[in-house]
Amino acid sequence: MPEWIEACEVDDVDEEDVIRFDHGGRTFAIYRSPDDEFFATDGFCTHEQAHLADGLVMDDIIECPKHNGRFNYKTGAAKGAPVCVNLQTYPVRVEDGKVLIEV
Amino acid sequence: MSMERPKRDYSLVGPSSEWAVETGLASAEWYHTEIPRKTMKELMQRSDQPAIRDTLLWFAILIVSAAGAIWTWGTWWCVPFFAVYGVFYASASDSRWHECGHGTAFKTRWMNDAVYEIASFMQMRNPVNWRWSHARHHTDTIIVGRDAEIAVMRPPDLLKAGLMFTGVMDLRYAFPTLVRNAWGNLSPDEKSYIPESEWPRAVAAARWHMGVYAATIALALATRSWLPIMLVGTPRLYGTWHMVLTGLLQHIGLADNVTDHRLNSRTVYMNPVSRFIYWNMNYHVEHHMFPMIPYHALPRLHALIKHDLPAPNPSMWHAYKEVWPVVLRQLRYEDLYLLRELPATARPYRAEFHDLPSQAAE
Repeated sequence: MPEWIEACEVDDVDEEDVIRFDHGGRTFAIYRSPDDEFFATDGFCTHEQAHLADGLVMDDIIECPKHNGRFNYKTGAAKGAPVCVNLQTYPVRVEDGKVLIEV
Repeated sequence: MSMERPKRDYSLVGPSSEWAVETGLASAEWYHTEIPRKTMKELMQRSDQPAIRDTLLWFAILIVSAAGAIWTWGTWWCVPFFAVYGVFYASASDSRWHECGHGTAFKTRWMNDAVYEIASFMQMRNPVNWRWSHARHHTDTIIVGRDAEIAVMRPPDLLKAGLMFTGVMDLRYAFPTLVRNAWGNLSPDEKSYIPESEWPRAVAAARWHMGVYAATIALALATRSWLPIMLVGTPRLYGTWHMVLTGLLQHIGLADNVTDHRLNSRTVYMNPVSRFIYWNMNYHVEHHMFPMIPYHALPRLHALIKHDLPAPNPSMWHAYKEVWPVVLRQLRYEDLYLLRELPATARPYRAEFHDLPSQAAE
């Protein structure tokens, strides 16, 4: 059954950046886009087990720190080698200065 | 690691590969120097400007030296022009292939992709295969049986290493590989690191390369001149030496089967011309530790983390002088390696990798 959980405070994430969020034995990545919207994906790259939160956010792209694989973090779409498998995304909403994700 | 290590087998589908997987050396967690996120973000920032400047200069050198070679063809005056052209064709393209393959040279993706394809051709490398082999090189750097890009294996083959400087090894291995790929064949090693969905692209890329080589030979036959062949393909024979001179130092003689780039990679200070040709890959420990950081930011990264790294070699000469006796001794004792001393300010990691005095060269 999906549930909404609090991932972080709005101010925890800089604009055009990403942070790691661990919950229930899983790791997620929480993004804040340049136009101040929040998004959430699985925390690990689908190519190998690298934390996307250590990567670089450029516009709507997250680049993995290990092999520079790129995903659109808004849609989860893999953008070419060495990533071939899309990233799982999760619904996000902001309430009272807190970022909630549905997992 | 309780399991006994098998004799080194550099095949990617053999006993060493199985051992690396079973012992957790494959796809392991590697050491990273701690850097504040804010600083990392600054270092990782992409920019088109430095790479556009450097690429325009690179193309200008290629065009001017090729024009000079064509102009003086048939006289001894063509030799210096070919000498310059060869190095910028066959050696500078290696670092451009590398940086653009990582996608860090330019900010704009298509620029990275375009230069990557051109440089791959100059390198006589299948652009698809090598993108994947290099990903593996970063996952399992100098892990025997996993890393597809170990230049000098143990025990070292000195004849092979020497021939690398002439580019003969390229013609011996790289060209037949392209031919084989163009016929639709990928080796078991290639299939071990390239996803099946990419195999058709690998074949198509090899066919494009073979098409250009065929056109070059046709032009040579039509004009009854060696000149087209001197300008396309054979620069790998007379211009690869600088790539090998700088590239061999990346890992030669250092530890294998460790998960700390400070122990298996080498940073060497180099002259500005070599650094331009090599695009700052002399900061090799730094590059492996943080492959997200563009080549133009590596000197800044080096200054920031050098307290945590072994002292860099002050010159290529120093590095070769230091490693040559170790390579010679590896002919008889292949387990021997050059242990990199960490400074007192360095953070330790996986003590078992740092405490193997019986295998470390004095």
